[in-house]
Amino acid sequence: MKPNKTLDITKTINTCGEVCPMNVVKTIFTLKEMSAGEVLEVALDEGEAVRNVSRSLKKEGHRIIRVEQLDGYVKMLIQKSE
Amino acid sequence: MKAMSEKQIDYDDLITGGFMRQRQKDLFAFRLRIVGGRVEAEHLRALADAAEEYGDGHIHLTTRQGIEIPFVHLDNIENIGNDLADAGLHKGTCGPRIRGIVACQGDTVCPRGLVDPQDIARKLDEKYFAIGLPHKFKISVTGCPASCAKPQVNDFGIIGGVDPKWLEDMCTGCGLCQEICRTDAIRVEDGFVSFDRKKCDFCGDCISSCPTDAWVIDKTGFTLQIGGKVGRFPQLGINFAELVNETYLFEILDRTIKFFNENAQKEERMGDTVRRVGMGSFKRAVL
Repeated sequence: MKPNKTLDITKTINTCGEVCPMNVVKTIFTLKEMSAGEVLEVALDEGEAVRNVSRSLKKEGHRIIRVEQLDGYVKMLIQKSE
Repeated sequence: MKAMSEKQIDYDDLITGGFMRQRQKDLFAFRLRIVGGRVEAEHLRALADAAEEYGDGHIHLTTRQGIEIPFVHLDNIENIGNDLADAGLHKGTCGPRIRGIVACQGDTVCPRGLVDPQDIARKLDEKYFAIGLPHKFKISVTGCPASCAKPQVNDFGIIGGVDPKWLEDMCTGCGLCQEICRTDAIRVEDGFVSFDRKKCDFCGDCISSCPTDAWVIDKTGFTLQIGGKVGRFPQLGINFAELVNETYLFEILDRTIKFFNENAQKEERMGDTVRRVGMGSFKRAVL
């Protein structure tokens, strides 16, 4: 059930080092400026940042498409909701 | 002699009623019956008035979400009690009794909350407040395993939790749940998810984070801890029941109180009794 089609990334932001709630706020605000269906790539710290951002995105209705564990941080692909 | 004995009876009444003698002669701290740290705005106004009229103009916030008005003179104890009762506030308790119930806000406010600890706290207060026991007995209710209301340092700790269930058809194998799980209970490999329930602490992070609702609530309940305390010889409570429902929770607490009454030796807190008698015996008696 892995998503195998290639995705066009519209925008990329880096929230590493940002403390909650700023990592959440930056991600949500960036998505606000984007159009429905576009994909945002976010780099964020491991652990608490991933929990906070993913919970908030779900509440806002956006969709996390892929999560990748990299060296010391996490890369997340998010599709903006309709 | 008659006056003397009357004074003695009054003094006992003062102690059970939540009046605590201060080090200063004839001065007492008036303790309120607060449930789960919730205080209505109108009650705060009444407390402010009472502190100015009968105390020295301040209130004290206790370590267990309570409120006390110190520096109340012996002669004013009846008046402050009556004034606050008129405003809908009641005296708290101290001594060898079931103490004021502590609780977090849980799912009424907190994004992480899995249950409503305020509702449980109100029911506990209604049923058990100030019941006499061999020693003080503290109860705390917390909405999730983050344990902000510190159930582990209470004689009886109640922790809200959810049992997660994975729906294969909904899963895209994104790997988020593995990333956010604090207890390493979830593994995602090649789009297949394995879940080790023995490791799960029932926090529900996988459910609240999953982008496609592939993790859902299978069961909501309360994990119970027994025998926690701080003081001179601190001990953390020990888990003894997992995700029980509300009805069963109250049955277990009834039997726990009975067990404590029947088994406690002098000066023993609940945890001391359980350690001396044995966790096996305790569980057989209450579960």
